[in-house]
Amino acid sequence: MTTTAAPAHAPGHESGAVHHGPAHLQHHFQTSDQQYDASKLGLWVFLLTEVLFFSALFVAYTTYRSLHPEVFAYAANFLDTNLGAANTMVLLLSSFTVAWAVRNAQLGQRKLLIANLAVTLLCAGTFMGIKYEEYSHKYHEGLLWGGAKHSIFKYNTSYIRPDVKAHSHAWNEGSPFNHEIAPVKNLTAEQRREVSIFFAIYFCLTGLHGIHVLAGMVLLTWLLIRSIRGEFSPQYYTPIDLGALYWHLVDLVWIFLFPLLYLIA
Amino acid sequence: MSDHDKHDELGHGNQPHVLSVGLLAAVLVALLILTGLTVYTGKKDLHGLDLGIAMFIATVKATMVCLIFMHLKWDRRFNGMIFLFAVLLVGLFLAFTTLDLSQYQPLVDEYRRNQVAP
Repeated sequence: MTTTAAPAHAPGHESGAVHHGPAHLQHHFQTSDQQYDASKLGLWVFLLTEVLFFSALFVAYTTYRSLHPEVFAYAANFLDTNLGAANTMVLLLSSFTVAWAVRNAQLGQRKLLIANLAVTLLCAGTFMGIKYEEYSHKYHEGLLWGGAKHSIFKYNTSYIRPDVKAHSHAWNEGSPFNHEIAPVKNLTAEQRREVSIFFAIYFCLTGLHGIHVLAGMVLLTWLLIRSIRGEFSPQYYTPIDLGALYWHLVDLVWIFLFPLLYLIA
Repeated sequence: MSDHDKHDELGHGNQPHVLSVGLLAAVLVALLILTGLTVYTGKKDLHGLDLGIAMFIATVKATMVCLIFMHLKWDRRFNGMIFLFAVLLVGLFLAFTTLDLSQYQPLVDEYRRNQVAP
């Protein structure tokens, strides 16, 4: 048995709930299993709230797309499918490594656990790097929601910044990915307004997802540090298990976001 | 020590359910292939079936992640029920919004037309 940090109890204590558990066992749980199950249940309830959190934006997406399918078909041409697909693969790979990390924790493979968490963190960083590349391109092109300073979708063209108009490929020539679609300057004011709403939904959905990736990176860093310190064992790996579940949810959301935003024919 | 412990079929505590690297890798490969497939079908014009096919593939991918990566296949049933409940609530949310939309959008459109007319 490992040494425990639990305080020694006075002999003759007659209660059945005397705390003899290992260091990780909190006093209000009787067994490690009970604590593990309660933690996991709590996390699943949290994931339920996360699903509903995202669902509001998915409903906004559905509403707007059902009303304006042509706007989605047009606007999606400005998104880079290759970068979106690359990000999908990076996230799937990270889901695999974090699932492997859970196995490592269960089996007490400390070095592999550290390696898998590090690779997962690296994938998360790569995802954000690609996302940054996409966002900065959109910012440069003025492909933003209508209220943004640099947006080329303003209802009144005199409010569109002349420097953005001058260098924006989207404004002058159209999409670099599909040469058949009209440049934004040929759209009517009403059409510009409608396309700007697509980008508002795009930035809300990918932005909220991106915030979740960033939160996941903080979580993974914390798990990595604790793993390096050797705080996990086959007897106690709950944080790894729960952290992995959260990370899989981030992957799940992206699995739906990718075809819904990037693959509109 | 674990010999005399009652074996927990659901894979908890002293007897965790450990997934093999082979199974995890197989799921990863399947997910990557499905991603390739959805990109391929997404680039083709499938006459209105595009969205249905893309959502079907995404749902298959999500189910694999839930059941295997997230361990729901071997987890306590109640955890899976919570997640299923979340999906049902999303369905309800979507269904009611769509119903509402189809009910009232014609009125909104009519109002707009009257606004534009002199």
